[in-house]
Amino acid sequence: MNFDDTPQEAAFREQARAWIAANAPKQYEEELRKASLGRTQLKGANVLDVAKAWQKKKADSGWACLHWPKEYGGRGASPIERVIWQQEEGAFGKLSAMFIIGHGMCGPTMMAFAAEDQKRKYLPPLASGEKIWCQLFSEPAGGSDVAGLRTRAERQGDDWIVNGQKIWTSGAHYSDYGILLTRTDPTVPKHKGLTMFFLDMKSKGVEIKPIKQANGQSEFNEVYFTDVKIPDSQRLGAVNDGWNVALTTLMNERMSIGAGVATGFPELFEFCSGLMLDDGPALDDRNVRARLANWAVKASGLKHTSFRAISALSRGERPGPENSIGKLVAGSMIQEIAMYALDLEGAAGVLSGPEAELAGKFQAMLLRAPGTRVEGGTDEIMRNIIAERVLGLPGDVRVDKDVPFNQVPTKGRA
Amino acid sequence: MNFDFSDDQKQLRDQARKFLAEKCPPKAVRAVLEGKAAYDRELWKGLAEMGFLGVAIPEGYGGAGAGHLELCVIAEEMGRALAPVPFSSTVYLAAEALLLAGSDGQKKQWLPKIAAGEAIGTLALFEGKGNPSPQGVKLAASGGMLNGVKKPVPDGAIADFAIVAARTGSSGRETDVSLFLVDMKGGGVEAKVLTNLDPSREQAELTFRNCKAEPLGPASEGWSILTRVLDRAAVLTAFEQVGGADRALEMGRDYALDRIAFGRPIGSFQAVKHMLADMYVAATLARSNCYYGAWALSTNASELPEAAAAARISATQAFHHCAKNNIQVHGGMGFTWEFDCHLYYRRAGALALSLGSQSYWEDALIDCMRKKNAA
Ligand SMILES: Cc1cc2nc3c(=O)[nH]c(=O)nc-3n(C[C@H](O)[C@H](O)[C@H](O)COP(=O)(O)OP(=O)(O)OC[C@H]3O[C@@H](n4cnc5c(N)ncnc54)[C@H](O)[C@@H]3O)c2cc1C
Ligand SMILES: Cc1cc2nc3c(=O)[nH]c(=O)nc-3n(C[C@H](O)[C@H](O)[C@H](O)COP(=O)(O)OP(=O)(O)OC[C@H]3O[C@@H](n4cnc5c(N)ncnc54)[C@H](O)[C@@H]3O)c2cc1C
Repeated sequence: MNFDDTPQEAAFREQARAWIAANAPKQYEEELRKASLGRTQLKGANVLDVAKAWQKKKADSGWACLHWPKEYGGRGASPIERVIWQQEEGAFGKLSAMFIIGHGMCGPTMMAFAAEDQKRKYLPPLASGEKIWCQLFSEPAGGSDVAGLRTRAERQGDDWIVNGQKIWTSGAHYSDYGILLTRTDPTVPKHKGLTMFFLDMKSKGVEIKPIKQANGQSEFNEVYFTDVKIPDSQRLGAVNDGWNVALTTLMNERMSIGAGVATGFPELFEFCSGLMLDDGPALDDRNVRARLANWAVKASGLKHTSFRAISALSRGERPGPENSIGKLVAGSMIQEIAMYALDLEGAAGVLSGPEAELAGKFQAMLLRAPGTRVEGGTDEIMRNIIAERVLGLPGDVRVDKDVPFNQVPTKGRA
Repeated sequence: MNFDFSDDQKQLRDQARKFLAEKCPPKAVRAVLEGKAAYDRELWKGLAEMGFLGVAIPEGYGGAGAGHLELCVIAEEMGRALAPVPFSSTVYLAAEALLLAGSDGQKKQWLPKIAAGEAIGTLALFEGKGNPSPQGVKLAASGGMLNGVKKPVPDGAIADFAIVAARTGSSGRETDVSLFLVDMKGGGVEAKVLTNLDPSREQAELTFRNCKAEPLGPASEGWSILTRVLDRAAVLTAFEQVGGADRALEMGRDYALDRIAFGRPIGSFQAVKHMLADMYVAATLARSNCYYGAWALSTNASELPEAAAAARISATQAFHHCAKNNIQVHGGMGFTWEFDCHLYYRRAGALALSLGSQSYWEDALIDCMRKKNAA
């Protein structure tokens, strides 16, 4: 039971720390540290440009995608070294948000299913941030029920012709490539007729329409496919075996999203530390103290749960479905915390612009937080995963499991 | 980083679990709960023979000298099994107070007896309503004599000795409190068993009338010793709570797999699945906080007060959450005396109120975080 590095780990940490100290874009550190969910802005600079520059610098010195093999743009580092890097990168890690989907989900899927020459061609520029990737899974008819998607891919000689629509595709508007899950056989049950591809987002027939989100920003998009041609060589996995390929992606998604999800607690504690209520400092108030203490132990519980996962990693074990709890706990916590901070601001909490307390930090958090409980799997799906995969409870009853996809009902209230 | 117990410690856990599964079935808990005995003497003897009572007591004082991580492991198993013995009062409170503040003579007199299962100890702190506070200590000490009433005192009626918090000054400050050691067989103290939420562990009222007492630790430092004892006991109790929470979750899961309603195992209904998933989440967060507490306890880290409060709060929440929902999963059966669900529910309630209630630990945690933030 200790927090110590092995001598090897300590040496690695030292090396990482020194390199970061010498190379990180220090001028943005304070702003990045203070950035909260739903509000990463840098004064006088475009976040995407700053992020790309930092990623490129890391790649040039061997600090990008550490755990990837060297030939694909990584460093061949151990999982534990990757964690040490993240700890040392600190606030600068927030710049990586743009690359999470590419690095966390698309890259590992390519690594598992693409041909060797493709991996050598596509992965290094993904690792270095020169090319950005997106994940084209969700559709209006298939979110939690991903296998219910309807975008069609039809074989035509050496190519596939794709028609249909994706939705909620994060970053599609600035992505260069994407991994795409399609239906290739609607006459078999839904999980058996899917096929995965990767494609150039600039392909003819791909149309990207940013969606205005509930919080007013546009991180995700609708993507339409009209007779988009994808060469068969860009198929990932066997025809109609796309579900298995997608599971690889989703498993990696859990690992990269699960750790370090924002809870809002450090921000709330800092806010309360300086806050005066009508009858004295907020931190003297019994009610405030009780609320804070309850969130504090959730936040520390998550932190120490991730330490336990890291310990398992360092023993060579793979993190399992138990790591679904990070997003599940943090998601509703950040929503409650944001609302509580506004409650403490009182009537003025309703303001969200420059005149708002802390320039509207908690207001931005409140409005972005609902997405956290949905993206990458909803709370309900997370609970199902824990109940079924960790506790061994029976799977949900699935009425469409053995029905050919084209006979599955498509409307709720008939 | 190795944020886990060692293989040896895990082996000790398996050993303790096996031992308790055999010697402490629910039947044994019920015997004490239903008043057939004040505690399970056979089990107490067995625990001594296994070396569990003295696991964190140095070898020089008759213990195994293993350490506090080992004690955490055992505490978790005691909680799982709801062991109806004065373990927490003797080992977490009395022994820890002796180790922290006792003279060599006091340690020599009592620690070997604790390790051997020959002496039961307790801490007499509370005087009715309220949470631990120096002002709450009214029982007076003067000329080596104690006068006043303490309640509730865990296992107070079966204790061979008690460590008593007493008032020795009138400055209105923490330094008014000193600790004393009372040999319960020495006369001057009268014990009455009180009805309590969880009779599988007794609570008593102790009335001191010109009771002879020897000082424990330096005069006027009683309060600072007490808070350290409470922090240490909080971590250990949190492990008991996590053990209980885990077992309640397991019971609920097993029942959900076996019980059929509407033609399906109830564990296939999502409302039940999600309830169990939330129990798992609560127990997991608490366990992780406990590991941090174990680290702080075993290394005597300056983070101990904060780590102890965090472990204590989340373990209290988790045990209550799991125990109450275990009853819910069991439906009407869960509300019967015959099913074991209420044993866990009772223990969860009782442990939540020992060592100061939630609000005491919430205050302690926020005070720590505030200090750290200001530093
Ligand atoms: C900010 C954001 C970014 C996203 N980025 C991407 C992206 O880059 N790429 C991508 O492919 N997708 C992305 N998504 C889509 C996301 O994966 C889906 O929104 C999510 O999986 C939920 O699907 P849905 O929206 O269709 O909701 P639905 O599946 O329609 O769910 C509606 C409600 O029903 C509940 N529900 C559904 N099924 C069950 C069940 N079996 N049991 C219990 N309850 C159930 C859900 O929990 C939810 O509460 C993003 C979403 C958001 C919000
Ligand atoms: C104090 C008390 C008084 C009572 N008095 C009477 C009385 O006077 N007369 C009488 O006839 N009965 C009485 N009952 C029995 C009571 O009606 C049943 O206990 C109740 O209907 C639940 O059934 P069960 O105990 O079989 O639990 P189960 O049906 O086995 O349920 C166990 C768990 O599974 C859940 N569950 C079951 N089915 C589903 C589902 N479809 N979806 C989601 N969750 C599900 C339940 O909510 C519960 O959490 C009494 C019970 C109590 C506790």
